[in-house]
Amino acid sequence: MGLLYGLIAVGLSLIFGLMNIVNFAHGEFLMLAMYGAFFLFAFFAIDPLLAMPFVAAGMFVFGAAVYLLVVRFAMRAKTNVGMVQIFATFGLAIVLRGLAQYFFTPDYRSIQHSWLGGKTISIGGIFLPVPQLVGALLAIVAFGALYFFIKRTDFGRALEATREDAGAVALVGIDQNRVFALGWGLGSALVGLAGAIMATFFYIYPDVGASFALIAYVVVALGGFGSVFGAFAGGILVGLVEAMTALMLPPSLKAVGIYAVYLLVVFIRPRGLFGSI
Amino acid sequence: MTALLETRGVWQRFGGLIANSDVSISVGRGEIVGLIGPNGAGKSTLFNLIAGVRPPTQGTIWLDGEDVTATPATERCQRGIARTFQVVKSFETMTVVDNVIVGALVRTTDMRAARRKAFEVLEFTGLAARADVMASELIPSEKRRLEVARALATEPKLLLLDEVLTGLTPLEAQTGVELVRRVRDTGVTVLMVEHVMEIVMPLVDRAIVLDLGKVLVEGKPADVVRDPKVIAAYLGDRHAVGS
Amino acid sequence: MHDVTHAIRRRRDLIVAAVLVALAACVPLFVKDVYVQNIMVLTLMYAGLSQSWNILGGYCGQISLGHALYFGLGAYVTAILLTKFGVLPWFGMLAGGLISALIALALGYPTFRLGGHYFAIATIVIAEIAYLLFLNWDWAGAALGIDMMVREDSWLKFQFLRSKLPYFYFALFFALAAWLVTWWLENSKWGYWWRAVKDNPDAAESLGVVVFKSKMGAGAISAFLTAIGGAFYAMFVSYIDPDAVMSFQFSLLIALPAVVGGIGTLWGPVLGAAILIPLTELTRSFIGGSGRGVDLIVYGGLIMLISLTRPDGLLGLFSRRKKEVAR
Repeated sequence: MGLLYGLIAVGLSLIFGLMNIVNFAHGEFLMLAMYGAFFLFAFFAIDPLLAMPFVAAGMFVFGAAVYLLVVRFAMRAKTNVGMVQIFATFGLAIVLRGLAQYFFTPDYRSIQHSWLGGKTISIGGIFLPVPQLVGALLAIVAFGALYFFIKRTDFGRALEATREDAGAVALVGIDQNRVFALGWGLGSALVGLAGAIMATFFYIYPDVGASFALIAYVVVALGGFGSVFGAFAGGILVGLVEAMTALMLPPSLKAVGIYAVYLLVVFIRPRGLFGSI
Repeated sequence: MTALLETRGVWQRFGGLIANSDVSISVGRGEIVGLIGPNGAGKSTLFNLIAGVRPPTQGTIWLDGEDVTATPATERCQRGIARTFQVVKSFETMTVVDNVIVGALVRTTDMRAARRKAFEVLEFTGLAARADVMASELIPSEKRRLEVARALATEPKLLLLDEVLTGLTPLEAQTGVELVRRVRDTGVTVLMVEHVMEIVMPLVDRAIVLDLGKVLVEGKPADVVRDPKVIAAYLGDRHAVGS
Repeated sequence: MHDVTHAIRRRRDLIVAAVLVALAACVPLFVKDVYVQNIMVLTLMYAGLSQSWNILGGYCGQISLGHALYFGLGAYVTAILLTKFGVLPWFGMLAGGLISALIALALGYPTFRLGGHYFAIATIVIAEIAYLLFLNWDWAGAALGIDMMVREDSWLKFQFLRSKLPYFYFALFFALAAWLVTWWLENSKWGYWWRAVKDNPDAAESLGVVVFKSKMGAGAISAFLTAIGGAFYAMFVSYIDPDAVMSFQFSLLIALPAVVGGIGTLWGPVLGAAILIPLTELTRSFIGGSGRGVDLIVYGGLIMLISLTRPDGLLGLFSRRKKEVAR
């Protein structure tokens, strides 16, 4: 589970690192991705595992569109850019949630009989649900690919460079807007992957994003905004904390442990565990 | 009589980097002192130490015979040190007069008195006509003057000016120079950091040249400019020396 | 001379407020429809709540997305004191306000050190923790909540069976009180300190503003007033549970009127509430039945639109036009 949290969070972290913007609609992106996987399954009988690339591609386009249509304008504000940005993405989140309620209805949905659904395997006497296990493996693969992508490809380097010094990059002739749009696309595609995996074992409903978004913020804060490795480590940490609180507190309170960890971390290190000051 | 401001053996390290080493300077009452030096000489670091942005790694800072080394910036302002910022930091969503009122409120809680004080200062700095304009709408040179006005409203004993004259047109710079003189004439001591010597030399009573974090030379502007050590320090940065 | 224009402007605000209150007070004489009265009560309540939020979020620039915590605390303290200890709601209200203010100070101590995003997320997380705790706290009714049985009309107990009017007048009083507090603070040392802290904390510090203290002050005042609103709401609906008073939705509802109307302005929350609350109530009742979520779309769309096109809120529209007329 922790690895999946990491996968959800890394897109958020990427966008933040790139342009110092927190996407408050991140959870809703996840929700959309889950619905995407659901409908691909329901109408075309495409298993979520196969649907992953489609969902990711769809989310890529969606994320880039959100940047071009919304965020770009938020960044133009003369004063209080931070405030404008918070409320613009926040408003987007509410609209997406409302649209989902309107078109998809507030019903809980789930994907039955997928290839992985409901199966468990036993490793050394411990029963593990297959979907989560495959999810974790895929998350590791995705992280590896992302790391490789950022370090080895031209676009990845352009991302890194823009993060370091947007002004200088503009001088070199890289179109900042294009990099940002691609960054949003990439971040959203990652959340698309996470959504497709999670659709196999989680109920899908319009508000599903909210709780995961909070967890994603916790993960990112733990790892330090903008750090890919941090999101990876933060995700694992949050997964562990969740498992531990589940042992001590009733299930309805398990999120409290995660939230408490967030507070603890930001109070002690206001820029996150691995964040630079 | 003790000096108004004194630093005694001040060091500032950032990790392995030494920004100030063993800097001891003093500024007397009613003086205009220029703190100059080439890029990276540690001027801004020293300036921030005096303003109270952070405590020095080592050494002490004295204001009016009192040790203020550990005093935070807010309280230093209350004790009579006011500053401007190299990169202007106006309160953008407030009007010009409201910006200045914030400064005036250090000395009074009476709003009428603060407002009156603010208008006095705006007259003095030539911004009165712009009083009801949003700070964000000012042109750069006006923003600089607003910084000075805000600082003056706190009724400081010591005014710290961080490159207020840099980047202005010759005419604007001349107005600035006159403003600084008039500030001194009201009894306020001025310590100003400038990178370009040409502008400040005619204005200051005394110049302190920093290089590589240390005090290189100190003295009358005319002597300082001719000092071979200063010329050497500025070498490769020659345009700043002027002729 | 300028001194005079400033004083005139402030007096004009006061007169406008007095006229508005007088007009509002007369409305129930003509409007007898309970449904409409209900909307008016809510509008006034959110105007007051958003005004309270505005002190911390708007003037001081600390975007709290967790004011449901103080709202819920006000409601719970009042309800618990009434049902378990028989304390009159008027005292409960005061107690709720004070407890909220104290908690705001305790929470402010660590949170006000955090920067922008981290602060906003921390406020969400804290409110969410409180929500989960109340959901699981049996003594406080847990998920079932607390029912305050209304037996008789009584000003003493602030409970009324038939008429909504007493609630209406209290809501009007609450909105006015929050407005007056803001009006007064706006032209005080605190008001100036807050705006300075919002615009540039470093510069504020250099001018002798005690940044941390001014944030704490704003937090406490804001929490106190919000809790009064929460206490009122508890008495108004006479039944509360965590979902009804402490869910994240309230944090939003409290912040939005100020954002829509004009963040950090005196009239923004009033204007925003006057537009938003009737709008949502009406959309909810007209379209609400067929598919939930329309109100969310309207809400979210408005926030997005306004924060993108008019970051200074709808009020900015007014003042701009006025300036042009003046020229």
